[in-house]
Amino acid sequence: MSSRDIILSTAPLLTATATGDVLELRPGGSWIAANVATLERLSDAVAPQLERSGAVKLDMAEVRELDTLGAWLLEKMSRRATSAGHRAEVVGVSDNYAGLIEEVRQVNRRAPEPVPSPNPVVAKINYIGRSTIGAGEDVTAFLQMLGSLCIAILGVLRRPRSLRLTSLVYQFYRVCWQAIPIVVLITFLIGAIIAQQGIFHFRKFGADSYVVDMVGILVLRELGALIVAIMVAGRSGSAYTAELGSMKMREEIDALSTMGFDPIEVLMLPRIIALVCALPILTFIGSMAALYGGGLVAWFYGGMGPAIFVARLHEAVSVTHFEVGIIKAPFMALVIGIVACSEGLRVKGSAESLGKQTTTSVVKSIFLVIVLDGLFAVFFASIGM
Amino acid sequence: MQDVGEQFAIRVHDLVVGFRRHVVIDHLKLDVRRGEILGLVGASGGGKSVLMRTIIGLIPRQEGEIEVMGAPIGNHDRATRSAAGRWGILFQQGALFSSLTVRQNIQFPLRENLVLSDALMDEIATAKLEMVGLKPEDGDKFPSELSGGMTKRVALARALALDPAIVFLDEPTSGLDPIAAGDFDALIKTLQKTLGLTVFMVTHDLASLNTVCDRVAALADGKIVAIGPMRELLQSGHPWVRAYFHGKRSQMLQPKAS
Repeated sequence: MSSRDIILSTAPLLTATATGDVLELRPGGSWIAANVATLERLSDAVAPQLERSGAVKLDMAEVRELDTLGAWLLEKMSRRATSAGHRAEVVGVSDNYAGLIEEVRQVNRRAPEPVPSPNPVVAKINYIGRSTIGAGEDVTAFLQMLGSLCIAILGVLRRPRSLRLTSLVYQFYRVCWQAIPIVVLITFLIGAIIAQQGIFHFRKFGADSYVVDMVGILVLRELGALIVAIMVAGRSGSAYTAELGSMKMREEIDALSTMGFDPIEVLMLPRIIALVCALPILTFIGSMAALYGGGLVAWFYGGMGPAIFVARLHEAVSVTHFEVGIIKAPFMALVIGIVACSEGLRVKGSAESLGKQTTTSVVKSIFLVIVLDGLFAVFFASIGM
Repeated sequence: MQDVGEQFAIRVHDLVVGFRRHVVIDHLKLDVRRGEILGLVGASGGGKSVLMRTIIGLIPRQEGEIEVMGAPIGNHDRATRSAAGRWGILFQQGALFSSLTVRQNIQFPLRENLVLSDALMDEIATAKLEMVGLKPEDGDKFPSELSGGMTKRVALARALALDPAIVFLDEPTSGLDPIAAGDFDALIKTLQKTLGLTVFMVTHDLASLNTVCDRVAALADGKIVAIGPMRELLQSGHPWVRAYFHGKRSQMLQPKAS
């Protein structure tokens, strides 16, 4: 024995003894996953010696405990010696671990084929191209859903009994009735805030009575429909996407199709019709709540009594303003419903994809609702409403 | 005399588990020996999964003691979770994390419990994949891209990631074709031999019970009504056990000569 160095004397051990050209390694103690930090250090420390010496002898007699991880580290040592062109020999394996050592000898023989990493510029261009095509596909998917919806509606018109009334009523209960408290609260607050800001700034010009015009027109024409649509997109649109998405994941939609039902007719039509009926109602309720909030603020903050407020409101707004707001609502509901349902159907197998499509559904429907509102503004201006 | 604690991997004593007034497990006693494959049979809805989930601490128990590898298991608390490294569980549907690749699924317990280099972690994950009979390339797939048999194998690889002493298998061969089920049984047997595992297996597969299980325990009315090697169970007098092993479906597995 010429040189003998004990590398570490904690529970797992690795003693390297160089006798002439032969390196004798004596692992000892517990070579198990729990000691992995020590084990990795031990095996890294002898790595250079493995490549230098002519032959390696691995004496496992002192190994107390061994698991896959430990066995793999030992196997890696002997493989390292073999790959450097030296002879490696494993002795003293206890019967308990012979099977494990044999098993580990078979694994990791072939590295998994490396995934080619693309050129970053090409990857970026690829990404832009895919996104562009994706945007085009979004439009197609939207139109396709609109088309299938029209076919489903035609089918229902031909056979009115095929409309799922129970489902429709239930969905209506969820998206309309249950949404009323939150819609009333939010629009009430927004009406109040607008009135307060109006009074505060208009007072400088002595024009605080015009706050009624501002609140009335703004709420009835734009804000009522827009705020309610955005809230419904977040509240009901996301629920639609998540429901349909998880049904897609669990093959429930496939089950429906194989039973000869059209998922569009069974699942989407009642949901979208419920939404189209609900949004005008919610818009009306929301607008009233906003006017009420504005009126209260005008009374307590601006000192304008309810009688004057109502009289001014009567002068300031006409039925046209109300019509402009309420006509928009069903179209916004249609957009929200179609986006929510088509995103739901695009959910793939994973939980992550469900979350992603739900987010996409809400973001996309809010964006489209605002774009639609802009288009309506242009339209109504050009027809003089 | 051999130390009793050394001899048994799992000891369940006087266990009572119920939901509200409905008692599922009623003063049950069960010992699982180290290094054996124990099959648990019982009626559907008869509490097999409840028993397994109680032992691993997912369901709180009302009475009784559970010991795993000589250490008592707390009643549904943090102490149970710290014992998690000692066992691996194969859930019926695999329960793979769907947003991670196969390799990341296997590495998850390693990454969370140990401090080791990424290179070694990759090698260990590939080693486990190959040990359960999959190819290294399969590591980059996502769980939604796997077939039923592959999902079970990956779930087994994940259960074995930390080299536990005990593996719990919940209906490992359900939903597999007879060939795949047979391969999976052989795999369990091989791994049990090479890794020295104790296997606790809930199953309805009579072929698995026959071929891989060292002992079979029958759960009926919330109790273990019979336990022993398969041939002893076949001779058991308990009416439910007789119905289970001598029913029409099981006749075809019996030797024709008898």
